[in-house]
Amino acid sequence: MAATLSLDCRKTFPRGLTVSVQLELPLDPPLVLILFGPSGSGKTTVLRCLAGLEQPEEGTIRFGQDLWVDAARRQVVPPQARHLGYMPQDYALFPTHTVTGNIEYGLSDLPQAERRRRVSEALALLQLQGLEQSKPRQLSGGQQQRVALARAIARQPQLLLLDEPLSALDAPTRGALCSELRSLLTRLKIPTVVVTHDWTEALTLGDRIAVMSEGKILQVGVPQEVFSRPANESVAQIVGVETVVQGQVSDSAHGLATVQVNGIAMKALAVDEIGPSVYVCIRAEDVVLEQAGSGMTSARNHLAGRVDAIDPRGVMVQVKIDCGFPLTAVITRGAVEELRLAPGAPVIAAIKAGSVHLVSRSVV
Amino acid sequence: MNWIAIGVTVKLAALTSLLLLGIGVGIAYWLSFSRWRWKFLVESIVALPLVLPPTVLGFYILVAIGPHSPVGRFYADLVGHALPFTFEGLLFASILYSLPFAVQPFAAAFDQVDRRLIEASWTLGASKLQTFFKLILPLSITGVITGVVLSFAHTLGEFGVVLMVGGNIEGETRTVSIDIYDEVQVLNYAGAAKTAFFLLVVSYLVLLCVYAMNRKVWAVWPQR
Repeated sequence: MAATLSLDCRKTFPRGLTVSVQLELPLDPPLVLILFGPSGSGKTTVLRCLAGLEQPEEGTIRFGQDLWVDAARRQVVPPQARHLGYMPQDYALFPTHTVTGNIEYGLSDLPQAERRRRVSEALALLQLQGLEQSKPRQLSGGQQQRVALARAIARQPQLLLLDEPLSALDAPTRGALCSELRSLLTRLKIPTVVVTHDWTEALTLGDRIAVMSEGKILQVGVPQEVFSRPANESVAQIVGVETVVQGQVSDSAHGLATVQVNGIAMKALAVDEIGPSVYVCIRAEDVVLEQAGSGMTSARNHLAGRVDAIDPRGVMVQVKIDCGFPLTAVITRGAVEELRLAPGAPVIAAIKAGSVHLVSRSVV
Repeated sequence: MNWIAIGVTVKLAALTSLLLLGIGVGIAYWLSFSRWRWKFLVESIVALPLVLPPTVLGFYILVAIGPHSPVGRFYADLVGHALPFTFEGLLFASILYSLPFAVQPFAAAFDQVDRRLIEASWTLGASKLQTFFKLILPLSITGVITGVVLSFAHTLGEFGVVLMVGGNIEGETRTVSIDIYDEVQVLNYAGAAKTAFFLLVVSYLVLLCVYAMNRKVWAVWPQR
């Protein structure tokens, strides 16, 4: 049996939320699993159960050969013995310790030479040289985040747990550090679980995604697929973006980028520090459908296509279009009749450049 | 001034605060980190010496360690003499009497330590004991020093308990406060004034240290 991280447990909170989760993650090759969902959906609880900081009252947690939690037999492996790298949301850097002291903290059982080597390795990997003797309060948010990461990975953990690793940063820093984090995780080759509520982070960082709501996992899969093919309406609402396709940025000028998707050129708002390989993300609400041959609107992108499928979703109707790549739109029932949409009918999809989001994609 | 009495007092206060550092940290750690719902029972027992008249406390300690109690008999069998009216008996009473002055600042300091830091320490492989010495103690060092200094100062000035448990034996249990009382009894106001002033200055200086430290007026220990 291949090594997996398997989770099947339940935890009830006094204030009413019951977190009940079944999840399997293959450990070889190491993957990055995203726990995705709105706040209060129980994703941090799952992470804390994995870390051993929270005890499920029912079920088991198994990491490869090790049984971490067996609630029925009241068997729990303490966090100290799980060999983890855990990074809480606010980093929890030790204010009494220097940067070096923080990174060294988990290495006390190693001989001094090895400890020095690990510390300088972690400092180099996260570009923290020169800050060795600083205290956490003297560092910027981005530097604190990197120290927390360095501390977590210096022990060479068998599992890395990151709780909202980027949420404490301001928006411009976040974008840059997100791509950096992805390349770091790719290099480290450690199984990782990341909690986030930001879909751009989920797309950039994740190999797998588990969408959570109200304590339950609604869908597990590859991020791009979960985003473009949500299993049901709740998932679609939580992820909030229906069209995710791969593209290449071919040109960027005057704040507008040109991106090629299956040979079709689209305009999008340019994003700093983004590679040529991107995910092109479009929310269904941002797609306006027009009759083929109608007049122009202010939208930058006019994509000619054909209707693939029409699915009623409550008062709205979800229309899947093939315009060289699959595109999803949500319009009212009235609009469907007005536009005389039917499977196979020609249609024009208009999308403002500002509604075409580019998310960096690592090329493996 | 009665230097013998001053010597006994300082020795008593130093030993009391030293022993309370160990005992008090243990009790305070438990009070701060235990999730036992009845722990307030222990909290109020620890705080009892704050409100009890020292003579009442002294009376019960005297009975408890006297030759008629099991504890007193056990000690007498072990050491060869009874506890009351000895320095050891006085030390035992002082520890109980000053317990809240050590435990409360310790526990308050431990309460201030962010539990998320402690959790982070655990996930980095540090045991609870290692976490205490590497993280909790450095973070609450001001509170710990405050507790030690306060219990020292409090022991310097105790009177009722000493009178009940220690008696008034020169060089053994006669402390400064008893000495002052004796001087006044024999109408030696000049002698009493000198010793009283000495005690006043020492107590004031000790409290000065505590408040200055808590306000971070100066760095008591070098910044690491």
